[in-house]
Amino acid sequence: MEHIISVMVENKFGVLSRVAGLFSGRGFNIDSLSVGPTIDPTVSMMTLVTRGDDRIVEQIIKQLNKLIDVIKVVDLSEGAFVARETVLIKISAKGEDRAEALRITDIFRARVIDSTPTTYTIEVTGDTNKIEAIINLLRPLGIKDLVRTGRIAIAREEIKMAAQDKAQDKKRYGT
Amino acid sequence: MKLNGAQIFVESLKKEGVKVIFGLPGGVVLKIFDVLYDYRDPEVVLVRHEQGAMHMAEGYAKATGKPGVVLVTSGPGMTNTVTGLADAYMDSVPLVVFTGQVSTSLIGNDAFQEADNVGISRPCTKYNYLVKDVNDLAQTIKEAFYIATTGRPGPVLVDIPKDVSMNQTEFNYPEKVYIRGYNPTYEGHKWQIKQAADALLKAKRPIIYVGGGTVFSNAFEELREFAELTQIPVDMTLMALGSFPGTHPLSLGMLGMHGSYTSNMAIHHSDLIIAVGSRFDDRVTGKVSEFAPHAKIIHIDIDPTSIQKIMNVDIPIVGDVKCVLKEINQQLRASVDGRRKEELKPWWNQLEEWKKKHPMTYQQDKDQKIKPAYLIDRLYELTKDRTPIVSTDVGQHQMWAAQFFKLDHPRTWLTSGGLGTMGFGFPAALGAQRAFPGRLVLSIVGDGSFQMNLQELATAMDYHLPVKVAIVNNGFHGMVRQWQDLFYNSRYSSSILGQHPDYVKLADAYGAVGLRATKPEEVDAVIQEALKIDKPVLIDFQVDPYENCYPMIPAGGANNEMILEDPPELQKKGKEQAGTKKAGNGEKEGVLTA
Repeated sequence: MEHIISVMVENKFGVLSRVAGLFSGRGFNIDSLSVGPTIDPTVSMMTLVTRGDDRIVEQIIKQLNKLIDVIKVVDLSEGAFVARETVLIKISAKGEDRAEALRITDIFRARVIDSTPTTYTIEVTGDTNKIEAIINLLRPLGIKDLVRTGRIAIAREEIKMAAQDKAQDKKRYGT
Repeated sequence: MKLNGAQIFVESLKKEGVKVIFGLPGGVVLKIFDVLYDYRDPEVVLVRHEQGAMHMAEGYAKATGKPGVVLVTSGPGMTNTVTGLADAYMDSVPLVVFTGQVSTSLIGNDAFQEADNVGISRPCTKYNYLVKDVNDLAQTIKEAFYIATTGRPGPVLVDIPKDVSMNQTEFNYPEKVYIRGYNPTYEGHKWQIKQAADALLKAKRPIIYVGGGTVFSNAFEELREFAELTQIPVDMTLMALGSFPGTHPLSLGMLGMHGSYTSNMAIHHSDLIIAVGSRFDDRVTGKVSEFAPHAKIIHIDIDPTSIQKIMNVDIPIVGDVKCVLKEINQQLRASVDGRRKEELKPWWNQLEEWKKKHPMTYQQDKDQKIKPAYLIDRLYELTKDRTPIVSTDVGQHQMWAAQFFKLDHPRTWLTSGGLGTMGFGFPAALGAQRAFPGRLVLSIVGDGSFQMNLQELATAMDYHLPVKVAIVNNGFHGMVRQWQDLFYNSRYSSSILGQHPDYVKLADAYGAVGLRATKPEEVDAVIQEALKIDKPVLIDFQVDPYENCYPMIPAGGANNEMILEDPPELQKKGKEQAGTKKAGNGEKEGVLTA
């Protein structure tokens, strides 16, 4: 099962290496990793996508917490969250293909950020399904180059509901 | 007052109460050694190999509970410490290792004696630092000692570049240190503790499984009270020996791959395991799916990653062993009464039956070669009134020592468990001797293990560390040979060591004393003579080379599937070998077969 884990770390050199070393040393896999600064200049936020059963994910979270440079670990997959990633795609586009490429770009609310007589470079941001879909649609046109970021994710805010509404929801949706 | 980096280093160590540094100088640390030249405290123990310094620091730390401190140079100096770092990391030994590094401007340029110290040691230290600015040095040292000695202890490496040791700044040693990402839990959760107390008063076949964490926590009194209040039998791991008195009636001895029959059967048939500072290592569990099939598990450990890592735990308690046991004892004192002894009588009767069926024993006849178990037993009997500190190396002799040297006091047992580092024993004994100058320190080693760090005999002579080294000399890598006997048809591939050096002559060459025993009747006299000599002594005990260590749980076996003696085909072959060849004279045996 796929888990997205958000890790708050000290903004020091070598921290990325420690986290990566932890995963490789213990045989956990990293599907993608993204890290960047936060509002606090001494703190960075890392988003990791990993896979494993419950026992393995529990170990991963505990081992991450054990690292001295790690301040906080949250398994976003435990609750509701939004995730996004960005991809830059350079496609061959000549003649009629050019119109088709622009149509696809429009449908996905993507943007053309570079244009030559024979190519377009398209920027897309969205969740994984959207990214996979646009890549599949552009593939027949001929993809020359493709660069993808890792996923970043953030928890959804929980809306405080009245007790009565919560009970009704529970009855209706079993949540 | 302005001080340079090297002076800040020494003054910081003094603030931490460091009395000994084990070290070896080199180019980039010359400034630090120059400053140390004017100090008698801390004293530098000059070793002959950095690995020796590491194991000495480990022995010192294990015997005293205080962090061991090492100072080595860059490049090869640091890389020679890696084995020791990995060993300390696996066995949770508090060490602070200072390595020199080339000047900050040269880092990354493949300079002379440069190595990526922080990169190389990252996976085998609890944490490490590269000090790029002398203004950070004092704070870093304070943090390093804090991290090494708190929570689950471990080695911390501090890399000091040459220019940092020479630059000057104001010296301010911080009063306190706070690391926001590091907050070990000491107090156990009260509700969990109550659940545990309730569970163990109801269990019919409970067992206490004690590990090395009990030693770091100094929880000996609490453990003893806990066992006596509940009348539950106590199994110890290799790392925990001595934390509960070996001669106490509640003690079942060591469990695991070479543990006693009774302790392994006990844990296999138990209905409740109370794991105290232990981590369900594979040497103890054998085949995990068949380990203690009927038992619920209570697990007390300061490291949350150890809990639920290998076995499903029913009542996890994250906390320091001493704190948790104190709390649980308090709850138990109120509720326990004499009935418990009666309720557990059937369990104790079963344990007594197992003890009678297969006691831990050995056979030594006058006309046989010296049996290693007999040797260990005699060492124990002749030294027990002096409460020696016993250090072992790694291999068969380590297992025999664990089985037959009964330890009643904590911090008297130094051994390499997790990493199983050959070459650990002798330097570790020296480190312990340095910590306790008047004390009797025994170093039980194998001939293979001793040769890995025997150069430290020079250190022993220089600093007057009169350790008594008992070399269990069988001319083999004994444990390897045992596995080759049992699983590889006795094909002794690269396990034959032969009989060099002549250990008596070797001792002489270093100015120490060398003794030898080749027959069982010589053993007592040689031990007694060694004990009278106030110098390092090497005793070459020429033992039966084909003796194997039992009980043994083969790899992947369950705890109740112990091998108790040489299988019949091996016994027959053993007799042939003993008859046709004079054991221990260096002839290569087994090479002639097709």
